Amino acid sequence: MIRCEGVGLRYDHGDGPEVLRDLGFTVPEGGFRWLLGPSGAGKTSLLRLLHLAVRPSRGRLLLLGVDISATGRAALPYLRRRIGMVFQDFQLLPHLSAFHNVALPLRIAGRPEGQIRADVAEMLRWVGLWRKVQALPAELSGGEQQRVAIARAVINRPTLLLADEPTGNLDDTQAERLMQLLQEMNRLGTTVVVATHNDGLVSRHPAPLLRLANGRLVGGGSVRPREPARALDPLHHG
Amino acid sequence: MADRRAARLRPAGFDDLGLQRALSDRLLPLLVGAMTFLAALACSGFFAAATLARHWQEGAANSLTVQVPRAGDPALAGHAGTRRDAALAILGDTPGIISVRALTDGELSDLLRPWLGRSAETLSLPLPAVVAVHASGAGPDLGKLAARLAAAAPGTLVEQHEAWVRRLSLMALSLQACAGLMLFVVAMVAALVVILATRAGLAARRQAIEIVHGLGATGGYIAGRFARRATWLAAFGAGLGAALSLPVLLGLAGLAAPFAQSRIIAEGEAPGGLPWAALAALPSELWLALPALPAAVAALGWLAAQATVRLWLRRLP
Repeated sequence: MIRCEGVGLRYDHGDGPEVLRDLGFTVPEGGFRWLLGPSGAGKTSLLRLLHLAVRPSRGRLLLLGVDISATGRAALPYLRRRIGMVFQDFQLLPHLSAFHNVALPLRIAGRPEGQIRADVAEMLRWVGLWRKVQALPAELSGGEQQRVAIARAVINRPTLLLADEPTGNLDDTQAERLMQLLQEMNRLGTTVVVATHNDGLVSRHPAPLLRLANGRLVGGGSVRPREPARALDPLHHG
Repeated sequence: MADRRAARLRPAGFDDLGLQRALSDRLLPLLVGAMTFLAALACSGFFAAATLARHWQEGAANSLTVQVPRAGDPALAGHAGTRRDAALAILGDTPGIISVRALTDGELSDLLRPWLGRSAETLSLPLPAVVAVHASGAGPDLGKLAARLAAAAPGTLVEQHEAWVRRLSLMALSLQACAGLMLFVVAMVAALVVILATRAGLAARRQAIEIVHGLGATGGYIAGRFARRATWLAAFGAGLGAALSLPVLLGLAGLAAPFAQSRIIAEGEAPGGLPWAALAALPSELWLALPALPAAVAALGWLAAQATVRLWLRRLP
């Protein structure tokens, strides 16, 4: 469950301009949200906030039942392990093979090596990269790197899955497969928030919206799942 | 607990942060090795000063020298014989004195030869009798002894070596303090080298650290990766530095042997010839300190890397 109450965010140790302002919304446990808005609206900042890469400058943020504003640094790593994140720029470790990149969250969490090998093999097979387990990110295409990043984000079966333009480098087939994966994880109880500019994807997979503009929430929250997103949100302009 | 388990299960040599490139395996060991070399020299200086002080104290702290002028003249105050005989008798009777030995004319000539040359024996100088006295722990009451000797042989001087020993001991202590200070400075420089190398590594691997941090790595996990690499490099460099210091220390021990307790080299008493003698000339404390140095430097490297990384990680949420 995610709950934002009057959340604001400033960078540069609170000295920079406020990039997120007065955010107030709730995503229930097992919910799915499209995060929409023009470039610079604050989508990535909100995802960073939900990924605990930054802390709110003000307001109250409850994530997976934990009040982040009142939680010490020592507890955050264990919370982050329950959150999967697909970055727009992949953020793969360039010196590690695809296998080791995907295995990283499991190794950090202290999973047995036997389980790691089995899980990573299965995941890489699922994303169609089993033949490239030893390839370094530089040896993979943009789409392949994207799939490695997705595999890494979901390998730990996160409670909350965040994705920043996850289909940006995928063809339509791969994008549909990714959406099937996200929906399957959502069906199994994972809360999912996906930031995208892909109108077609939103149309094909309607779900409630969180719409940002200039760091403020300007729409969403009351949309029912499975209704066409455009019909529910006429303000949407990609 | 989970972190420790993860560390056990990770494949050998798994380098998720890419530290094999970020923390150079040349510059850090080289600098730490040089620091360890200096630390080994400082250790040897420390132990050598301690050995010399002990040697001086054992050899001279309980010694007295008594000079009896006009030793052949008759003794006064009712003593029979010459003044030398009277002094020897008084010294022999005094509680707290273990042994009394009058130096022979030949020994006196040997003592004077550096100043008077070979003519010392032919100049017919009125030399005093010199008596070497070895006292027990508490020693005699010097005031009463001097008074009794002066009564029997006026002008007799009692010289206690304790003052010289105290000065020499103070000097040895100062040398030890200097060596200890040098050891401390060297340790601080070694720690600084590790800190700077770790900071350079942090700057070079910042993105990888942020990624791993975002995946849920704890401060202990990240600091542990850096500390493991820094410890290995520091231990390697320190081992090399300690090994290279050994021949230098053996050479110095050989030079210092005649002045210290160890007469093994000087007198060729050791079995098996000079190499064994040179090894035996090193103080036993140094044989313990030399292998301990790489371990201590490795521990210092671990601590410095851990502290640096944990401090740096505080900038991340």
